[in-house]
Amino acid sequence: MNVGIVSYGAYIPRFRIVPPEIGRVWGSDGEAMSKGLMIFSKSVPGPDEDVITISVEAARNMMRRTSTSPKEIGALYVGSESHPYAVKPSGTIVAEAIEASPHLTVADLEFACKAGTAGIQMCMGLVGSGMVKYGVAIGADTSQGAPGDPLEYSASAGGAAYLIGSQDLIATINGTYSYTTDTPDFWRREGQPYPSHGGRFTGEPAYFKHVSACAKGMMERMGTKPEDYQYAVFHQPNGKFPTRVAKMLGFTDKQIEVGLITPHIGNTYSGAVPLGLAAILDVAKPNDRIFAVAYGSGAGCDGFDITVTENISHFKLDAAPTIQQLIERKKMIDYATYAKYRRKIMMKEGGS
Amino acid sequence: MTTARFWRDNATRYNLMATRCGSCGKVTFPPRHVCPICHRRSMGKMEKFRLSGKGEVYSFTLVHEAPAAFELQKPYIVAMIKMDEGVMMTAQLSDCEYAEVKIGMRVKATLRKIGEEGAGGVIHYGYKFVPE
Repeated sequence: MNVGIVSYGAYIPRFRIVPPEIGRVWGSDGEAMSKGLMIFSKSVPGPDEDVITISVEAARNMMRRTSTSPKEIGALYVGSESHPYAVKPSGTIVAEAIEASPHLTVADLEFACKAGTAGIQMCMGLVGSGMVKYGVAIGADTSQGAPGDPLEYSASAGGAAYLIGSQDLIATINGTYSYTTDTPDFWRREGQPYPSHGGRFTGEPAYFKHVSACAKGMMERMGTKPEDYQYAVFHQPNGKFPTRVAKMLGFTDKQIEVGLITPHIGNTYSGAVPLGLAAILDVAKPNDRIFAVAYGSGAGCDGFDITVTENISHFKLDAAPTIQQLIERKKMIDYATYAKYRRKIMMKEGGS
Repeated sequence: MTTARFWRDNATRYNLMATRCGSCGKVTFPPRHVCPICHRRSMGKMEKFRLSGKGEVYSFTLVHEAPAAFELQKPYIVAMIKMDEGVMMTAQLSDCEYAEVKIGMRVKATLRKIGEEGAGGVIHYGYKFVPE
């Protein structure tokens, strides 16, 4: 049975802050940070936005582009490392808000930045086995970096939702492969507001090792080479890492250009590859082949080999905003406003 | 404890569930069991349906003195929205500046956080409006 993408939708909050503004407050060279990370601005959620509202917006945009009844959705997964509740699934509210409740299974997933793609794999299994007709996988985050931490220049907000099925596919998922080890490059303990990371340890032994191994394993299993793909998208904690890993693997700048959106909106964590893939699907043509590798600290990678079908020609893309439109819809804010919105300022009880 | 009270209204707050009178056709939001025009003639004829979520600004104002729960958002815009189905709603207008708002401006509903019962309490979600 062919399994793949029936529809997708995305959402990015409109507020943005630029690295020089963050550097100004902490006495760091924000310009150099921006250049080094290849991040020119990052998205910031408003005070009334969180992973649930982002997931709902993305899922509603996904449903606007399909005639599929929400009642046919048998599974819904929200992958995130910033679920608003520690206990009380984000997915229950999302399912209710798209009127998919109550005859479906729902769970929240967490695997640092790759929980969204883990959801896609789970939906593929359920749809492929015939257990459900459609599954929804969402990757969304409103991640935080500790004030003054280098992570603060990149941690942002956004998400994308995918409707996985076996009929009327706009893109077939030809195969998926994962590579997972115990690598403590980045973590957040229960009850801690900000994550910790291993600094340079997040590079070679973590991101580069896992992404390379997963990409090579994926191509080996599919019998493909980088030149067989029109587009490629890699996890993008910044602009530099995916650019470098693509080069290491033999992909060109042209192949990764469309799916590389972190320079404009920062690292959306669980939303990163789902949003990058959405940017590619926004412009893809029938028979285009897409290579995708998501990375989650801890650490693991999910690789996907995807072929766009003829159905993309009559897909209702205009029924919801494209990634480019979401990127362009922006309002710049200063660090004080950012600190207020992200609740970095201690307030009297009752303020929210 | 307002958890149950809010939970009962989830369909209304998340998905704009309204009622249409089967006798005179009047749309009411939030949903009602009895039509305010037809009274008992509407009994058993109130049909539940989902509003399209689209409408236009009928009137609006800027709130400077906010309740504690809205401190982070002030000043914020509250608007009367005339929905395409004819019913009037009052809600916060988000994702735009006060100077950009005009009477007659097209808006659409979105789901946002509308409050929470303290740091450890339940979070309430509901509709706000944003420019279409």
